[in-house]
This record gives sequence, structure tokens and C-alpha cells, in this order.
Amino acid sequence: MEPLYDMIVIGGGPGGYSAALYAARAGLQVLLLEQLSPGGQMGLTDTIDNYPGFPQGVSGFELAQKMKEGAERFHAVTKLTKVVRVRLSQEEKEVVTAQGVYRGKTVVLACGARPRTLELPKEDRLTGRGVSYCATCDGMFYRRKTVAVVGGGNTAAADALYLKNLCEKVYLIHRRDSLRASRVYWEPLRKAENLEMIWDSQVTALFGEEKLSGIAIKNKKTGKEASLSCDGLFVAIGTLPNTELVREQLKLDEAGYIPADETTRTEIPGVFAVGDLRRKPLRQVVTAASDGAVAAHFAEEYLATR
Amino acid sequence: MAVLTITKDNFQKEVLESAQPVLLDFWASWCGPCKMFSPIVDEFAEEREGEVKVGKVNIDEEPELANQFGIMSIPTALVFKNGQAVESAVGVQPKERLWDMTK
Repeated sequence: MEPLYDMIVIGGGPGGYSAALYAARAGLQVLLLEQLSPGGQMGLTDTIDNYPGFPQGVSGFELAQKMKEGAERFHAVTKLTKVVRVRLSQEEKEVVTAQGVYRGKTVVLACGARPRTLELPKEDRLTGRGVSYCATCDGMFYRRKTVAVVGGGNTAAADALYLKNLCEKVYLIHRRDSLRASRVYWEPLRKAENLEMIWDSQVTALFGEEKLSGIAIKNKKTGKEASLSCDGLFVAIGTLPNTELVREQLKLDEAGYIPADETTRTEIPGVFAVGDLRRKPLRQVVTAASDGAVAAHFAEEYLATR
Repeated sequence: MAVLTITKDNFQKEVLESAQPVLLDFWASWCGPCKMFSPIVDEFAEEREGEVKVGKVNIDEEPELANQFGIMSIPTALVFKNGQAVESAVGVQPKERLWDMTK
């Protein structure tokens, strides 16, 4: 028989594991459920340079393993399984997974976010056949080829700079006339000889059947459409919160995020929202970790008043 | 049975002539998501011991195999039944999905 946990954490990224570490270290019995392996989006990141304490940077995968070990040192338990349903409103909360039902007095939602897709016809079919959401994973397959990156944030800028070293030609397509990406990227992008900016434009179609052969681009200002031959398209247009699991039980904002404040408390007592799925101004490993610590603190307070 | 390392030399025997379904994980050492996927594949291999054969293909060492199956994104999981590639999935997959793919 599974125990009644003090805390069930859903999601094994930096937010989830910080909550687990703080709660377990405070003596709570903690179960963390992760559908893939520890790390979340962080685990997919090649090098993280902006998490303090790692002067040479650290691989996201390695950092995830360390966070997991840190929480396990205080007896937090990790189970790798997908959560299919939750019941949050009652005192004893229920989390239904592919491997069984778990019960907890508190639940920390740390399900993170996933890359936003273009939502174009054929995108699904061409994923892994020219369309990619991870430049550091798939860049090697496009050595000396022509690729396009779509997006204007930090991920798009970093992807374009990574790809310019491998590819013959890189186009960076952005729907506005200036990048949202941090200034550190601007100069290297401007200097790259094989990189061309395509401003004010959106990708409107994908060409190719078995493999991507090109894309259609529409200039939003002139309304002109053009086609562009390319072997690869790297999509970096932001993320979507993984909040489908709770959308019937918690109010979400218009973009799908959970509107919890800095206490991470949601509208349901004993339920907390941490990391990328919470409405907040900056989504980083360090802010997710911070949310986790705060959630553990308020979870403890909640349990003490029961 | 441990997870096999599949090369172009043992591919015919271990994959194409296998009596059981085979799940192959195409990966490379420089790929972050591959590192995340690898322990999931290992756990799956343990759970399906005797029912599904599981192998890993390092695409840097076996570019011919990667090419032959048109791998352009890693990790890619590819399932073979009776010598035929019948299903593939691109990116890190939950273990439950691997169960579905090999049903």
C-alpha cells in the first residue's frame, strides 16, 4: 500500500527538485513523479552558464542528476511515470499515473513548459525530417546545408549562432523588426557572414513530402509571400505551459499559465505552482529553483495548520 | 539481456533476423536529450526482457545505419518487426510510449 505522502511533486525539473529537496530536508515524506527523466527543459540544454556556482558552466543533464541526488539524499523518492489525472480539491489529493494512484496532503505542480510549434500543416510529419526544435541536437545533420531559424528570442539567437558554424547558410526569420533576444547576441549575429536576417516575416507553409525542401514566408508589412529553399527549419518561437492536467480544476490565465503569486500558492489550499508553468516575468533555472524552495516553505506552513 | 550495441556488422543478425520486435535508440554523445532518453530506454529494456530486444546505435560511429533509415534528428526510436522498420518516434519519449510502439 502506498503511503499518504506529505508532498507529491509533479515534474522533475529544477522547480520540482528544489521543492523536493527543501521539503525532504525539512522532514516531509516526498514523492516526485517525472514522465521522462530528471531535468525537464533544463535536461535538454547543452550548457547552462547562468546558474550560479558553476564558473565553467554545467550540462543541463548533469545538473539535473545532481539536483535529483540532492533531493534523494534526504529521502525524496522519484518515480518515472506519466501523470494522467489529478484530483486536487479534497484534503487528500490524488494523483493518477500509468503505474498507479498516489495520495498526498500537498501537491506541487512543476510540469514546466514545452516548445511552441508553428501549427502548420505537415509540421508533425516533417518533424525529424527537416523540422527541428533543438539546434544543438540536430545541427550536425545540416552540416554545409542551408537552414532557417524562426524566432526572435534568446533561444532563436543562440540557435542561429550555433548553426552558422556548421551550415553553409543560415536565415533568421522574425516576425518583428528587431530581436527580443538579449543584447549579448546582437553583435555576433550582425558579424556572421553566412547569416541573413529576414525581418517582419512569418513562416506560412512547409514544403516537401518525405523531407523538408523549403518554406513559404510572408512579410507582414508588405504582405508579400516568397518561398525559400532550405534543408532544415529550426523552430524557436517560445514555449507553452504544460497545464492541461489541471485546466479543469484551476483557473489559468489567457496564455495557459497558473496565476499563482510569489508564494506559489494556487487558489486550491495545499496546491502550489512552481517554475515555468507559473505566471511570472522571468523563466530561468534559477527562478524555477527559487519557486521550489518557496513552495516547500508554504507547504510546510499549510501542513502545520492542518 | 543487456541493451545491445548495434553496428553495421551485427545489424543483419540482431535486428533484421530477430524473432522478437527490436527497439533501436539512435543517439550521439554530444546530444543532451539523448542523455535524458538513455536511462528510459534502459529501464524499458529491463521491463521487456525476453519480449523486446533493445539496441543503441551511435550515429557518429555508424553513420551508414543512420543514413539508411533517414535519421535527421536524435534521439530517434525505431521499432523493427520481422525485419521491417514499422514505427519511429523523434525526441525523448516516455517509457509508456515505448510500450505502445512495441505492442
